[in-house]
Amino acid sequence: MSVIQDQVKVSGYGGQQGPGETNYINHSKGIMSWLLTLDHKRIGLMYMIAVLTAFLGGGLCAIALRTMLYMRSAPDVAPITTGTQDVYNQLFTLHGAILVFMFIIPAVPAILGNMILPLMLGAKDVAFPRLNLLSWYCYMAGATFFLFVLLSGGLDTGWTFYTPYSTSTSTSVAAATMGAFILGFSSILTGLNFIATIHMLRPAGMGWFRMPLFLWALYATSIIQVLATPVLAITLMLLAAERILHVGIFDPALGGDPVLFQHFFWFYSHPAVYIMILPGMGIISELMATFCRRQVFGYSFIAFSSIAIALLGFLVWGHHMYTSGQSAMTNAIFSLITFSVAIPSAIKIFNWLATMYKGSISLATPMLYALAFIWLFTIGGLTGVFLGALSLDIMAHDTYFVVAHFHYVMVGSMLTSFIGGMYYWWPKMFGKMYNETVAKVAWFLIFFGFNLTFFIQFIAGSQGMPRRYADYLPEFAIYHQISTLGSYVLAIGLFLVLYNWIQSLVSGPKAPQNPWGGNTLEWHTSSPPPHENFIEDPHVTEPYEMRAWDYDESIDGYVYDKAKAIELDKQSQH
Amino acid sequence: MSNEQKHTGDTGHGDNHHPPDHPAHLAHHFETPEQQFESGKLGMWVFLATEVLMFGGLFCAYAIYRGNHQDVFLYGYGALDKMWGATNTVVLLASSLTMAWGVRAAQKGQQKLLLTMLFLTFMGGVGFMCIKGVEYKAKWDHNLFPGTMNAFYYEAGQPKYPEKLEHAIEFIDGRNSGGNSGGEVQGGGGHGLLDADVPYDESPAIEHDAQQVGHDGAGHIVSASPVILTASFGAPADMSTIKPPASPADMGVNDAVIDHAGVLTTPSAEHTQVLWRDLSSAEQKKVHLFFGIYFMMTGLHGLHVLIGMILIAWLFWKAKKGAFNKDYFAPVDIGGLYWHLVDLIWIFLFPLLYLIH
Repeated sequence: MSVIQDQVKVSGYGGQQGPGETNYINHSKGIMSWLLTLDHKRIGLMYMIAVLTAFLGGGLCAIALRTMLYMRSAPDVAPITTGTQDVYNQLFTLHGAILVFMFIIPAVPAILGNMILPLMLGAKDVAFPRLNLLSWYCYMAGATFFLFVLLSGGLDTGWTFYTPYSTSTSTSVAAATMGAFILGFSSILTGLNFIATIHMLRPAGMGWFRMPLFLWALYATSIIQVLATPVLAITLMLLAAERILHVGIFDPALGGDPVLFQHFFWFYSHPAVYIMILPGMGIISELMATFCRRQVFGYSFIAFSSIAIALLGFLVWGHHMYTSGQSAMTNAIFSLITFSVAIPSAIKIFNWLATMYKGSISLATPMLYALAFIWLFTIGGLTGVFLGALSLDIMAHDTYFVVAHFHYVMVGSMLTSFIGGMYYWWPKMFGKMYNETVAKVAWFLIFFGFNLTFFIQFIAGSQGMPRRYADYLPEFAIYHQISTLGSYVLAIGLFLVLYNWIQSLVSGPKAPQNPWGGNTLEWHTSSPPPHENFIEDPHVTEPYEMRAWDYDESIDGYVYDKAKAIELDKQSQH
Repeated sequence: MSNEQKHTGDTGHGDNHHPPDHPAHLAHHFETPEQQFESGKLGMWVFLATEVLMFGGLFCAYAIYRGNHQDVFLYGYGALDKMWGATNTVVLLASSLTMAWGVRAAQKGQQKLLLTMLFLTFMGGVGFMCIKGVEYKAKWDHNLFPGTMNAFYYEAGQPKYPEKLEHAIEFIDGRNSGGNSGGEVQGGGGHGLLDADVPYDESPAIEHDAQQVGHDGAGHIVSASPVILTASFGAPADMSTIKPPASPADMGVNDAVIDHAGVLTTPSAEHTQVLWRDLSSAEQKKVHLFFGIYFMMTGLHGLHVLIGMILIAWLFWKAKKGAFNKDYFAPVDIGGLYWHLVDLIWIFLFPLLYLIH
């Protein structure tokens, strides 16, 4: 922290755009200045393009498979054959594999985390900028393998690659595992970078408990990424060895144990579920504070609950395998620990609700997504507790009930928090505002379409509709029809969001430095930030002390009153 | 600001924003060299944690199959050569010592010593990989590569390569029937050697002989090999003696060896020795699993040794250019951490794979 600069600028900032006309986007030109960039913001943007492209691909697979299920109700038009069933199997596999490995896991950490984490720390970059770039290249390499899978016979194992089927199917399992393996490195490098950055690059005055909650969430996520992903790596390597050399470790015909694969796989993939949701929860904490204009209620509880979820998440993988022949005792223990994950999750929900209580809530688009998150996550989380119960799970195992549950969490909750975060930081990232009306219409379509698609699946599942089937009995037709229509509404909503963003880039009005009045450090620099993030060192105070930001109508944004901030900070120290 | 913008060739956070008070090796986004050093170290420790978990998966698979198929492992490990394994352990431990020494030299700014130590460490890696190559070659010769190439591979309940299988059984049975007696001695608390009155300095000759005869397939003679093990582990000061002798020993030593071996094995002739006929027919079909696990574990470890060697070669190259000094030695320190982990993993692999009983 430079004392001289502080004295010069004690009058505050935020009134005008940052000094000079350059920012990280137009700082240097040419394709190579992007492909070789070490700037975390540019890497975040490159991740954004790549990850959203993968989202589009995986989403189209979803629409296609929902359409196939709809058509099934009119067998005269589209008779079901082995051929169409194979196509269906490939569609749901690619849908799952692409969206899990290439969208949900990297979306928040790699896009918003890369973009925002160093800014929130008032730092110039992440601790290891080169590794950061390498992680993007790993992502692209992994994506290339998946592209190869698409062109070379597809994949029909489901995203879980369960043995022994995955060792015997003729589809491109080896290429897909190689892709997921490399994507794992991308994830590890991001997590490693964030851990080191949060430990080492916090500014003077920002202790652990003055960190924005988004950073706590990213930190917890990083722990999982770093500790769980290598286990997936070795699992996939063994699977590849199994397929190529027939080593036999997972193949019962060769004396191996296929259930061992499931253990290995879920030892990674259950914690990975928290890689998907935890950073989203971090976003929600930020949105709640900013749009209720209040200190987050129970800051330390939310912070620690992230860590608790990360650690408990390592101990519950067996609940995916209740029907795989585990002993009753093992099942009971896993069931019990699974229930306990509900505690830190509920702590978060109740703290957010308490934050809203008596807050001055502004229903801006990001806040609408935060509200949708609470709704969807509550449903997704509570049905997760249902499924954690042994007796119910054995009935509901591999039915649409499970499908609905994890879509509520992994799509409903994660996707709404991601889009909410994108809207929230959009002005910071691009320096442009978006059309609020279009954004709100899109929000409604997404929220409505999502519930239409997936709520009905709880019912279908509880009636016995099994997952991953291309065919179904006539009595399930109505559920599938409604679900498919819902998915179209959801898709329209998502395309509207895309339109909204593109329109903002093309013709959106200029964004002020701080359109929402948040006080985390990213709002202490211009929008978009300059190449070196901060021209002057930002003023570190309580992350959610927003009273020093005054609304200025002329710029439709907030202006920082540093003298007031110092005064407030003094008061809070007492 | 505008001056800096002229550097359009800059690809991000490059030198153009290098604060003037920063030393050249300090990246722009760190405030102090200490902060940069600590960050690098933390990053490497976190990375090592990922390595531990990655190998953890393999150790877990090992533990499960070892527990479920005890006899398969007791049988299969007979194909491994303890002597080479032990030698490799020494080589790797020595290279860890030179690495640590090199780090110290870097910290103290002793350029020449640093280069020497990095070179020795690299050569340790070379030595390890060469010995590994010799071992793999032996497996190759006996058709013990993993998967469908393995002599013990069964297809539809029938051996895929009946002839190769016979040869492999002969090979392992031969080693096991001899090796067991030695194992017994070893199990006797490590003082068996003293009881048998084998002088330490005879060890190299015995060992060498064991190697030779082992390949002859004459089961009863190979027993000398574990004797050496006992000798070497019972007397760490004599570790050097277990290295293969430089020149072929006098064949006349053979008799002495057999005598010694005979003396050693008398008390417990064929006790827990697992031979092919001792395996149930279900277990016989799983022997190839041992080799699958052996090759996955040592193969992945070997890959890490290779990566470590590349790292050390790079450090050597940097050091040669004079990149390191008292104030800047972080890469050596951090690279050293990685090398020690590679060493550490082998310290676990060696007993788990080579010293089963």
